[in-house]
Amino acid sequence: MTGTLAFLGDFGDAIDFILHERDSVSGGVRIGGIGELAGLAQTHMIVSVAALAIAAALAIPLALWLGHLGRGDFLATATSNVGRAVPSLALLAFFISFIGLGYTNVIAVLVLLAIPPLITNTYVGVRQVDRDTVDAARGQGMTGIEIVRKVELPLALPAIFGGLRTSAVNVVATATIAPIANVQTLGEPIITPQTYGLVGGLGAAIIVALITLLVDFAFARTQRAVTPAGLKLAHPARRRLFTLPTRRRLESR
Amino acid sequence: MNVLPLAQLQINKPGGSDACAASNGFCPGWIVENLDRYWTPLLEHIYLTLVPVAIGFAISMGLAILAHRRRWLTGPITGVTGVFFAIPSVSAFFLLQPITGLGYTTAIVALVSYTLLIIFRNITDGLRNVPAETRDAALGQGLTERQVLFKVELPMAVPEILAGLRIATSTTVGLAALAVFAGGGGLGAEILRGNDKFFKSNVIVAGGLAVLLAAVLDLLILALQRWMTPWRRARA
Repeated sequence: MTGTLAFLGDFGDAIDFILHERDSVSGGVRIGGIGELAGLAQTHMIVSVAALAIAAALAIPLALWLGHLGRGDFLATATSNVGRAVPSLALLAFFISFIGLGYTNVIAVLVLLAIPPLITNTYVGVRQVDRDTVDAARGQGMTGIEIVRKVELPLALPAIFGGLRTSAVNVVATATIAPIANVQTLGEPIITPQTYGLVGGLGAAIIVALITLLVDFAFARTQRAVTPAGLKLAHPARRRLFTLPTRRRLESR
Repeated sequence: MNVLPLAQLQINKPGGSDACAASNGFCPGWIVENLDRYWTPLLEHIYLTLVPVAIGFAISMGLAILAHRRRWLTGPITGVTGVFFAIPSVSAFFLLQPITGLGYTTAIVALVSYTLLIIFRNITDGLRNVPAETRDAALGQGLTERQVLFKVELPMAVPEILAGLRIATSTTVGLAALAVFAGGGGLGAEILRGNDKFFKSNVIVAGGLAVLLAAVLDLLILALQRWMTPWRRARA
């Protein structure tokens, strides 16, 4: 424990763990330090980004099209309800026991967790587009695909990014338990206290918390940036300094 | 983390005499035989769900009433509870350990912090959606602000409030599975238990019980909502 950080107690020690390498609790192995944690963080981010990208590629086009057709009320509510009720740990354990360990399975689990908020938000976002706007677009001679691409998608973007934000935070949070499937993410020090001790777990927990807050904030900013100017004007009173999850987005968790 | 190959795991499994269990299959026979071992984890899980939701509901209700009187507080309260909401639960369990130690308290404090944003937002939305005319009519009949809140606004916000309670409850059931990392027990502890780690039948039963618990609690709150909002039934 370094003298300068000692006044912070375990938290100071945890910060020291993040910055400097040390012997493991049981001895024999060197743990902690920027080097090890950067490696863990890299795996954490690779797994998370891959999962979010795959989930977005699958869920958003599907929900856009269902929303355009106006079919899928049941799907939108059912996925969000089921998605919320299945514990991430149970899903990961299920994959490990029935399929096996490793990257592919961890990513598959994260994809499954990321899909429900994306489907629900995209679907609801498209359905919330003013029917008159869609009728006007159709009256101008736009085809179905043009309406999706030029009218419904732009107007649903804030909702879609809301879904991406919820999913991204969920995915980064759940990637923390990936070490039980032998994928060394930032959860490693949290899940193996026999090597890392409380302080190691605490150090990793601090980093994970900072990353999720950063991801949350970044998506909130992006969400505001992609909101069409017309929508911002329509609800000036709803604009806030920080955009926070709306109830509809929360319902999808 | 060293996860032992499954072949090694199969030694020392309770009930391992069963050939199906020994080959790590999905074994209805083993499940029926060992069902009683899930009783305690299930009760712990129920406790880890109901206590945080109840405490979270009480705090959120207080905060929402406060924010209803002083509108400017809504932003800061959503901001702070939003930060609690974004911090991953596994992370929160560790961040709290230097303060609250290992065990139920840590798990419950972390789980309470997740419910706050969900319930708070739903209560404030519900209160805000009460038509201004209704409020005016109540005030015109001579009700005080407090009477308007308790006799008009809160009853009218019941559907939104209970919708928030449903979301908070099912989310908490899921997060409570991670309470094992805070030393809080529950069905998550059963999933990760020593020699039986990732034993198929065990994962199915423990995971299934968590999903079932979420579904049952959801239906109970839905029933409560129907009972508390008779005017909705009359309309339908």
